[in-house]
This record gives sequence, structure tokens and C-alpha cells, in this order.
Amino acid sequence: MTTYSFRLYVAGQTERSQAAQVNLRMLCDSRLPGRYQIDVVDVTDQPDLAEEERVLATPTVIRMAPLPRRRVIGDLSDHRRTALALGLPGVATSTPLEDEI
Amino acid sequence: MTDNAPIRRLPTDINGFDHVALGGLPAGRSTLVAGTTGTGKTLFAIEFLAKGVLGSGEPGVFVNFEENPEDIRHNAASLGFPIEQWEREGKWAFVDAAAEANDDEVSIIGAYDFGGLAARIEHAVRETNATRVSLDSLGAIFGRFRDSAIVRQELHRIAHLLGRLGVTSVLTAERTGEYEGVSQHNVEEFVLDNVIILRNVLENERRRRTLEVVKFRGTGHRTGEWLFTIDPRDGIVVMPLAFLTAPVPASRVRVSTGNTGLDGMCGGGLFKDSIVLLTGPSGSGKTLTAFGFTAAGVKADERCLIYALDESRAQLGRSASGWGFDLDAMEASGLLRIVCEYPEVASLEDHFLRIRRAVEEFRPSRLVIDTLSALERVVSPRALLDFVITLAVVARHHQVTTLLTSAPAGRFTPRLTPTIADEIASLTDVTVSLRYFESAGEIQRAIAILQTRGSAHDHTIRRVTVDGDGLHIGERLSSVVGILSDSPVVSAAPWWLVGLARPEGPRPGE
Repeated sequence: MTTYSFRLYVAGQTERSQAAQVNLRMLCDSRLPGRYQIDVVDVTDQPDLAEEERVLATPTVIRMAPLPRRRVIGDLSDHRRTALALGLPGVATSTPLEDEI
Repeated sequence: MTDNAPIRRLPTDINGFDHVALGGLPAGRSTLVAGTTGTGKTLFAIEFLAKGVLGSGEPGVFVNFEENPEDIRHNAASLGFPIEQWEREGKWAFVDAAAEANDDEVSIIGAYDFGGLAARIEHAVRETNATRVSLDSLGAIFGRFRDSAIVRQELHRIAHLLGRLGVTSVLTAERTGEYEGVSQHNVEEFVLDNVIILRNVLENERRRRTLEVVKFRGTGHRTGEWLFTIDPRDGIVVMPLAFLTAPVPASRVRVSTGNTGLDGMCGGGLFKDSIVLLTGPSGSGKTLTAFGFTAAGVKADERCLIYALDESRAQLGRSASGWGFDLDAMEASGLLRIVCEYPEVASLEDHFLRIRRAVEEFRPSRLVIDTLSALERVVSPRALLDFVITLAVVARHHQVTTLLTSAPAGRFTPRLTPTIADEIASLTDVTVSLRYFESAGEIQRAIAILQTRGSAHDHTIRRVTVDGDGLHIGERLSSVVGILSDSPVVSAAPWWLVGLARPEGPRPGE
């Protein structure tokens, strides 16, 4: 099975950063249980990494693998749209997360 | 930090700009530079940084939202700014915030901010110790993030960050029209303090670039629109380079006009740093006077520059030889340089730059511009005034005795508004007027000195005759009134008609 790799850029430990991390983990746990990896980059600590990927807005998550890469900006509060945008495999019809928020 | 502290100015070293801005941009603040497409915003942003590196060795950070760094490096190289080298030396850094064709697919889901951008700018500023930052151009970022309320709020944060970092910054933004609102997306809302507008308008089918300082918070600046040009070599050049260049000590040295009579009327020749305006209708002797003025310079071993705007070199040579002046020989001696150009071939600003370049390279002691009126065909009176002002600054700075001719008075001065006429008068040192008048069935010529600064002069109106030896200034015309109004009236039978030899000195009853 393909392992998904994500890099999440956040700016400081703000509420918004926390929300993005929580949302991404919840989504991965439900859609990619056991086969995902998330690196969190705090751009205030590692601005050069933000420079490298030319990250403007935070939070930004980049799907590094599998290719093609995809980028989603925002706190990922809409799980269904996030799953779609990040190209996550679909789970059975009733996703408990779907209608949250 | 108090709002009452005087705001220091950071000289930009952009040609002429600091004079208009009374010293430069407000230091430690953000200034919005707004303009429609093609007005030179990006160039302003580039030069602001580059002149900092070149001048005082101040490093800069360029945040590019629109053009990519490669294009900016390339454009800057043509102006002699080696950005790549500066990047290696740590004097210049890009924060590349442009969208690129091969970018990843991007979606926006939920709340976000520009924390990434802020962190990168802060990082680049600290790495390079930058004191200057340019952001070009904000409009591009509104195109990528649809919610303009969020973008505005986030840009406000960036502006705040720049303030906290203590850097002086230039933020460029688009405008949709030349005379409506300050900028698209109302970006001025977050850099309320300092706003500059660049314009590029068609006026009488000619491009006219202007720069206006709309506001500088808490500090003075010059009002109105200032002409500027974008020169392939010098970049942005704002005119007038201004009244405020350090005043050069006024010269006490007198030089000859090349005409003994005229020297006498001017109180013994012209001060070396004089700007002389010679007005008169065509054929009244302006060009002849200009040749005499040039020949006197060459004879005194001085370099002379003639900038002819109405005649070709061949025409000029022919009329000169008609008066016994050998322009070819003078040129061959290396003391005379003649530039013949039709006004239409270049914008006024470009003419100015060419003259300035010629003055700086050739270092003439005398300069003739024949005639200003030719330029009237291509520009507005206001622009012509700016031209004369700027030219006067250059001429005085280099101590060049300058003769400007203008035909016909009555076309030059009256067309101008009173303030502009006053300004012209206030910046030329000597105004000489040549006129025709009609008397006893003959066309006669008259000459008068309307003003000379810092020197006594002859207040009379005198007769002028022209013969094979040139122009001769004769006796006073005491019986003709209204010569300067162009509708002279002979008030009494003039004494020379009656053939009386008039003694010098006042007549009884005068």
C-alpha cells in the first residue's frame, strides 16, 4: 500500500496551527490508517524551509508523496473538501467525519 | 515609539526624487507606490533597493509577487545593477512570492494567514541586515487569494512587521485609472501614511510620466505632479531635479555676449553663471546673437555647445556663414559641439537628459538652446517650465553661461499662466527682448533688457540694425511707445527721421 507523506507548515503554536494539525491527523487516521507520515514545520523556527517551498500562507499542507504533489492552504476545517484536495482514498459511504463542522 | 517624534528621511538616491520628497522616504515606514501598468512601479521598487546598495551599502530585500527573480535580475542588469553578485555578497535577497506555472495544484480550505510570508521576510531581513525592503506588487497576491478582506488584513500585518523590523519599505500596487482612487483593492488602507502615485498619461498624443507624492505622514513634501522619465541608462529621473540642489556660489566673473552694445546694456557683460532668455520673432536676430555669443566663447578658448532644435546642421552652417561665422572651423578646433535634433524625435525629458549628458561630458562654458519655442510644439507650458527649471539647475551647477532663445514672445510668455510666467522670470537671470516695429514705412528692430539679476542694466529700448558685420545696437528709441506690446505707436516724429543728430543724455523735459 502506498504510504502518504505530508508536510504541514504552520506559523507558531497558534490556535490555527493546532486546528490544522488536529484536522489533518483526524483525516489521515480515518482515511489512511497506519500508512501516513506528517512532518510539521514551524516557519518561525525554520524560515529557510518555508523559503525552499515558497510558502506564503500558513497553515499550508503539501502532499509530498505520492506524486503529484498537492497543496492545501488553510486550517483544513472542511474534511471532505480537504480529502478531495489532497487526493485521499475514499472510505465507505458513511464517514462519520463528513458532516462535522 | 511616539507619533510626535520627527520622522527622519531616508534618501533613496533615485534621480531627482529626494528633492521632490524633501529628503527621501520616511525612514522606518512603509510607502505605497501606486500606478497603472507600465508606470514604472517595479523599477521604482528595484532602484530603491539598488541605490541603497550602491550608495551607502545598505542591503535590501525584494519580495516579488509578480515577476520572478530571474526577470528582475535581468531587467536590473541593463541599468547596471549586478543583483546576482549582490546576492552572493549577501547585500540583496529575494523572497520569492510569485506564482509559477509549474506550481503545485493549490486549494484553500478554511482559515489562514500570511505567517509563512512574514517569517520569510523577517528571516531575509535578519540574514542580510537589510534596511530597505520592496514588495512588488501587492495586486498579484489579491489575484491568488480571493478573499480580499483577509489579504488586506494580512498585508496590514506585514506592514506592521516591516515597521517592527525598523526597515524603510516600498510597497507597489496597481491602479485601474489615472485619476480615480488611490489603488485597486484599497491597499492604501493599511499603508495610510505615505502614498506616491506614478502616472503615465497621453497628452496631446505624447506620453507624459509624472510622479506625485500624495501624502507623507507628518512631514512635508512638494505637491503636484512632477515629470519623470525612464532612461535606459539612468533609470527613473524625476524633473525638476530641483530648486534645492545645494546653491552654487554666484559668479562675479563677467563674460562677453559677443556684442559690445549688448554687453554695455547688460552692465558690462553677463555673469558667468547667467541663464539668458532671448525672445523675439523669427528673423529679429536671435540666432545671429547666438552665433555671436558662441564665437565670443570660442575666441576666448572656451568650449561651447549648441543644441539646435529647429534647424539641421547644414541649415545652421549656411546661416552662420552668411554672417561670417565659420562653424566648421570652430568644430574642428574642438571648442564647439553642435547637436541638431528635431523636438519631435524625443520626449522633453529625453531632450533634457541628452543635454545634461552633453554638458557633463563636453563640459562647455557656454550653452545655446535654439529655440525653446520648438519644444512648445511638443509639450505643455507647464512641462516646458519644468524643463527650463531643471536645465537652469544643471547649467548653474556647471557654471555654464546659457543662452535660451524663444520665438515670438507673445507666444511664449502670454500663453503661460501668470504664476508660470513669474516662475520663468524668476529663474532666468537676464531677459532680452528683440522686437520688430513699423516706422515710416519701414520695418525696424528694437532691443530691450527686461531684467538682469544682481546687476545694473540699461532700461532703455534701443534700435537695432543688422548688416553684414552683424547686429548693432544703436540709439535709444524715445519716441515710440508700445514696442513691447507688439503694437508700437510712434508718439512723435522720431528725431532720426528728421535727421537730427541726437546728443547723448536726457533731453530737456525728460
